Amino acid sequence: MTQTRSTQSDPYATTRDTIEGKIFTVTGQDWDSVVAGLSDEPEERIVVNMGPQHPSTHGVLRLILELDGETVTEARVGVGYLHTGIEKNMEFRSWTQGVTYVTRADYLMPFHNETAYSLGVERLLGITDEIPEKASVMRVLLMELNRIASHLVAIATGGMEIGALTVMTIGFREREMTLDLFELITGLRMNHAFIRPGGVAQDLPPGALDKIREYVQWMHKHLPEYAALCNANPIFKARLQGVGHLDLAGCMAFALSGPVLRSTGYAYDLRRAQPYCGYETYDFDVPTWDTMDAYGRFRIRLQEMHESLRIVEQCADRLAELDGAPVMVADKKVAWPSRLAVGTDGMGNSLDHIKHIMGESMESLIHHFKLVTEGFRVPAGQAYVPIESPRGELGCHLVSDGGTKPYRAHLRDPSFGHLQALPAMCEGSMIADVIVAIASLDPVLGGVDR
Amino acid sequence: MSEHQPENLPATSPAGDAATPGAEVVDQRQGMFGVRGTGDTSGFGGLRRQVALPGGSARPYGTWYDSAVDHLVSLVGDDAIEKVLVDRDELTLHIHRGRLVGVCRHLRDDEALRFEFFVGVSGVHFPNETGRELHVVYHLLSITHNRRVRLEVSAPDADPHVPSVVSVYPSADWHERETWDFFGIVFDGHPALTRILMPDDWPGHPQRKDYPLGGIDVEYKGAVIPPPDTRRSYN
Amino acid sequence: MGVEEQLPSGMLLTTVEGLAGYMRKASLWPATFGLACCAFEMMTMGAPRYDSARFGMEVFRASPRQADLMIVAGRVSQKMAPVLRQVYDQMPNPKWVLAMGVCASSGGMFNNYAIVQGVDHVVPVDMYLPGCPPRPEMLLDAILKLHHNIQTSKLGSNKRALQAECEQAALTAAPTIEMKGLLR
Repeated sequence: MTQTRSTQSDPYATTRDTIEGKIFTVTGQDWDSVVAGLSDEPEERIVVNMGPQHPSTHGVLRLILELDGETVTEARVGVGYLHTGIEKNMEFRSWTQGVTYVTRADYLMPFHNETAYSLGVERLLGITDEIPEKASVMRVLLMELNRIASHLVAIATGGMEIGALTVMTIGFREREMTLDLFELITGLRMNHAFIRPGGVAQDLPPGALDKIREYVQWMHKHLPEYAALCNANPIFKARLQGVGHLDLAGCMAFALSGPVLRSTGYAYDLRRAQPYCGYETYDFDVPTWDTMDAYGRFRIRLQEMHESLRIVEQCADRLAELDGAPVMVADKKVAWPSRLAVGTDGMGNSLDHIKHIMGESMESLIHHFKLVTEGFRVPAGQAYVPIESPRGELGCHLVSDGGTKPYRAHLRDPSFGHLQALPAMCEGSMIADVIVAIASLDPVLGGVDR
Repeated sequence: MSEHQPENLPATSPAGDAATPGAEVVDQRQGMFGVRGTGDTSGFGGLRRQVALPGGSARPYGTWYDSAVDHLVSLVGDDAIEKVLVDRDELTLHIHRGRLVGVCRHLRDDEALRFEFFVGVSGVHFPNETGRELHVVYHLLSITHNRRVRLEVSAPDADPHVPSVVSVYPSADWHERETWDFFGIVFDGHPALTRILMPDDWPGHPQRKDYPLGGIDVEYKGAVIPPPDTRRSYN
Repeated sequence: MGVEEQLPSGMLLTTVEGLAGYMRKASLWPATFGLACCAFEMMTMGAPRYDSARFGMEVFRASPRQADLMIVAGRVSQKMAPVLRQVYDQMPNPKWVLAMGVCASSGGMFNNYAIVQGVDHVVPVDMYLPGCPPRPEMLLDAILKLHHNIQTSKLGSNKRALQAECEQAALTAAPTIEMKGLLR
């Protein structure tokens, strides 16, 4: 093989000596030079960087793996490649605008981020009991649909990472149906900013309930495909069983919640233990598995999708009875004032609303103006409201100084704590198992880095 | 229009900012828009507002809080807990920072308390609360008893050291690194206190209030909009 | 860039340009640079409903050495910027960059210390796509417009002449802040 010009002048393809030893940057067709260079060194340890840009690390996650052959002897996790400064940005925006920031933290479960934040603001305002029932039912509906979408992505990307590409294509096909429903109800496919302090932004559009029921029928027909493809598949089982083992003591030590905790056999779900948004009135089961490995987590996620569908059906039944009910809290000093509608020139305030504020009620005009420009003031204090997100316990710690903007907003994201357990899950296994272990943890780097 | 429309009702006053005794005053705000002197044409320049977080609560605290606090006091003594606050159905214990690790160990191990799940640590910076600028907030969950508690520890800017609870709760590792990264709070006894979310050589601690938001002006045709932290805003 | 640099100017260059442009656009392989929310709309574009494979973008190459198009999908943080540049440098010519979403184009809603205000601070961008996140159809539209640009792009001496002309125009252009009086 010829030595091309590029290898000579490529600044990334040299070796360099550091106090840690020699560092090689491998570019292809030069393994001989690496092996030759290694034999000078007395030790055989190789430290490999699975850098932030990698197809299988679930986002911009950096793994530093010390290898002995194919076995990982030490694993370290580097995060922060997606740090966006969301929490600091929220300190300069009003309480309602905070929803638009928080929704982009963990971008695969935007409704859960919004709900955790809105519940925190509502607790600080003291209006938790005044949230209309329809708003709570819509929140539950959207959160459960989001849980289905998020688990579909977890299964799809997990499948892609081990090479099961069909799982990816069908996973994204089902996710499209879910995103269609989101688009119908909220107007956007992702990053919705729909669940706001006080309720939800808009009422259900006409025809939404029929679409929801069609969606449930579709999912009942197609969800079993995943089970048929994977559950008894010998390759799938060989890749996933016994991988990423973490027992209950380990989960408690690393503060893991969600499907990973439930894969140890412990049925802890915040929707049951500390219900919110009326979850105590819904009929659903909390699936667990007892093998404490990646296979158990996969089975739990599949089963959780079925349970979420059950809840979606119950929500649709309730919404059919709540036709015409308000979706925002009655207190006009807090409720987001505008009603949006699609007109001839695009989406904007509905003409009814404009007629009301301009012609009928001065107070409404003042409220609209003050709420949109200044925002409502939240009494001083702190609140932390946790919810059960697809990944585990998600909470928003809010500190208010009595003003119109959050003094401090901190998202306790499940993925952030879960990644700490990755070395415990991976050390001693092979590199391929590291990929599967990450996929079973299902971290989303937007939530990790915020 | 009628006087009795629902939107015509007066707002409920922001609940006792400085009204409650023992309220923790953290700041004094002047005016409404953050503009001073001749730039302030709003007429609100004379407003003075004291920002105070809710102070300690008096006994009885309610539900399980009394028995839990009594039990904890019997284990660690009176002087570890500076203040107990029950606000919005949440129990907050202000702990003296020297006693933090002992308190956490008892909270985790004692049968009646059993807060075995460490939810998270984060910081809050009150630059004008002299002597107690940096607050570190810990959230703990007891799965056994289905309860939550919040611990709050303060440290001055001049001496931003807080003992690390990693020896009690291993999962505090990354959370404490994040709090160091963003607030400059040094956790003594942490195995590897390095930056986690910012680049390793980043100067400064971004989420402190004296650190700017760092945005740039947005340029339009013929105009510029400055970043939100330099604009006027409601106090 | 390659053999076309050595062609003598004028001789059948326009036909060669058309042919080379067609070849390049018809199988443009993207590099996986999905960062945040936009990454999922990019993956959805590769998924069955919007199917980028029918436009030749059959596979997302994980290795930048085998990729032509870098779709920067998502917010680029200060920590990620050097990695972005390194991946861009590892791509062989000809290469194109598509800044997907407002965060990649201009920093988006995150005007703060942590986000690079537009990846054109780090790499040269050929197509900007706004949206938060842009729908897969919007991404396909941007890619098709980029295909058109690639098809009509010039080679060799024509390219050098065009670059000199563009640079001259940019040097004498009015900065955005000076473009006043447009509202009347």
